[in-house]
Amino acid sequence: MPKTTFPAKFEYLDEIRDFVAEIAREGGFTEKEIYSLQLAADEAASNIIEHAYEGVANGSVDISCSMQGNSIVIIMRDQGAPFDPSTVKQPNLKADLSERQIGGLGVYLMRKIMDEVRYESNSRTGNLLTMIKRRG
Amino acid sequence: MEITTQEFKHCDLFKIKGRVDSSTAPEFSKALENANNDGHFKIAIDMSELEYMSSAGFRALLATQRNCKRYNRGELVLVSVPERIREALELAGFTELFKTFDDTVEAVGSF
Repeated sequence: MPKTTFPAKFEYLDEIRDFVAEIAREGGFTEKEIYSLQLAADEAASNIIEHAYEGVANGSVDISCSMQGNSIVIIMRDQGAPFDPSTVKQPNLKADLSERQIGGLGVYLMRKIMDEVRYESNSRTGNLLTMIKRRG
Repeated sequence: MEITTQEFKHCDLFKIKGRVDSSTAPEFSKALENANNDGHFKIAIDMSELEYMSSAGFRALLATQRNCKRYNRGELVLVSVPERIREALELAGFTELFKTFDDTVEAVGSF
């Protein structure tokens, strides 16, 4: 399974998106699906950088990405503070402009795009986020 | 990401190129804030050469729209939104919050 370690800095989001896109493209996903997968990976990594590594200067994120049958499996592992996306309140998309929430949107997009988003936190091995999407 | 601005009599036209993510969104946000701070609340954003925008960019759009529409002093409209970005905006439930135009002449003329 291709695995790369990225510094937990927003400047590396470009490379994280490229890494996921390459495997998705080899795996036969359409360009439209690839864009969504890049968005989901970006939102997941952004949350790790912003929340799990809040105030930490030298964090890193291990990202592995591979095709398993017809599905792409993206796994992100970090050693930061636990940040469970499932605890993030879903934004109310019907709220009008003045009441529309600014936060929670990234996690919402991850869930909408991916078929499965799983999170585990372990004090020894760190935080593990698994995201899966079937092709087509 | 690259931002250029053009001031018209009735509105400001921003053109944003490249990618807006958590790394570049602060600069995008700042450019829009600067316009608001100068008293400009009628803004059109040309997205024809925008390749990518994450929720970090969406948040900047939302905050600016809120600021522009306050006291009915203006509005932020979007121009030539690429299909992928439109789909993501739709997924986020944002399309109803922004008027969209197919070309800049039409958008500028709407103010």
